[in-house]
Amino acid sequence: MESILPKKKAKKPMQKSLKARDNELAVTNRQLEILDGGIFADGELPYFKDKIAEIGHFPLRPKKLEILQINVGYMCNQVCEHCHVDAGPDRKEIMTRETMKQCLEVIKNTGAHTLDLTGGAPEMNPDFEWFVEEAAKAGIKDFIVRSNLTIIRANKKYHHLPDFFKKHNVHVISSMPHYTRGKTDKQRGDGVFDKSIKALQELNARGYGMPGSDLRLDLVYNPSGAYLPGDQMALEKDFKKALDEDFGIQFHNLFAITNLPIARFLDYLIASENYEDYMYALVEAYNPAAVGNVMCTNTISISWDGWLYDCDFNQMLDLKVASKVKHISEYNEDVLNDRNIIISQHCYGCTAGAGSSCQGTVA
Amino acid sequence: MANSYYDPADLRKFGKITEWSEELGTKFFDYYGKVFEEGALSAREKSLIALAVSHVVKCPYCIDAYTKDGLQKGITKEEMMEAVHAGAAIESGATLVHGVQMMNKYNKLSM
Repeated sequence: MESILPKKKAKKPMQKSLKARDNELAVTNRQLEILDGGIFADGELPYFKDKIAEIGHFPLRPKKLEILQINVGYMCNQVCEHCHVDAGPDRKEIMTRETMKQCLEVIKNTGAHTLDLTGGAPEMNPDFEWFVEEAAKAGIKDFIVRSNLTIIRANKKYHHLPDFFKKHNVHVISSMPHYTRGKTDKQRGDGVFDKSIKALQELNARGYGMPGSDLRLDLVYNPSGAYLPGDQMALEKDFKKALDEDFGIQFHNLFAITNLPIARFLDYLIASENYEDYMYALVEAYNPAAVGNVMCTNTISISWDGWLYDCDFNQMLDLKVASKVKHISEYNEDVLNDRNIIISQHCYGCTAGAGSSCQGTVA
Repeated sequence: MANSYYDPADLRKFGKITEWSEELGTKFFDYYGKVFEEGALSAREKSLIALAVSHVVKCPYCIDAYTKDGLQKGITKEEMMEAVHAGAAIESGATLVHGVQMMNKYNKLSM
């Protein structure tokens, strides 16, 4: 007799990056054409430039540099559907030790108080640990590594990472799209939830994320679909309650980050026919109070090959800083800080609602 | 003119009702915004109530809006479906409880 129960869905094979699929969006100019065209070109929605000009913020200018964000490579063990980096196991762009040495020179002399390592999975760079050890010597106040959690459980060679992070007093920031298995695995791949839980428990066991602990463990939440994140504090409360009750997991803060309409998320928005609605939602949620604090005003983003960008998103759109200084080899903080920030319609993602940055809300 | 009564894109234009009656429109949206703020009930709980009512009043705009709102608030699909059932149960109960009226009338008319 045939079962009346719905058939179990087949396991989804791991996706490839847009780049490996030769998707048209792998060409950054195509993405910029989409962001500048359509509903913006025909006047249905206002350009970001015009919105910030209304409040005297055009051209957008940097404030004091606070954060150096270094992307050590696009290789990742996961292929998340929303990834703005288009990261994955098939991406071979990896920062060399030589470029890392140039970064270290900058780290030693910078006025920034925060160093933020990201990727891909930064741990997959073969020189990652060497780089962390060297960078930690510079005594920078807040040293962040953005770890996707599953990497810690992905392979034996990464099992010691929680101890390694602790040794160098690294501030761990990790992605966790939801406190339920279904939603997490849908966005990030089968099995990601269980591995992430295990990794969080291991970090907790070393003191990470515990109340009052100096070992900082923060989580990043970003929506698994074509909608904006809700209130950061309310979500933090829900995450804390659920993760504690179900798994005894503790963490410090939750950062709610808006998905920006670029790379794989843009591909998803277009394929699912959500692009226009999403852009409307972003523009509708535009909050002038967030404009003054968007992260490009206090951050410099450095790519795996040493180019400088206003933010990680502009890096992925290959929009290099509008400055005489464009590369880490010629880094000069004063010259760099005297620049206009490059903007396009993706920037609405950082000014929606309470604003969004790699450090969560800004308004 | 559109050739159907409901167009999903009209939801975005909801705010425009203020253009034809500024005072009433503004009063309505102020009230509406206030209702859904955190209070004795959390904004999350109110979102689920709104989703259930959206189904009961069969408002396609509201269903779209409060499904999205629920996602934004991290509400799971299981919670959303339970809320819809709560609305559906009240609605069917409201029909069924009139059965008592039918029974009363039947009894009164019967010898």
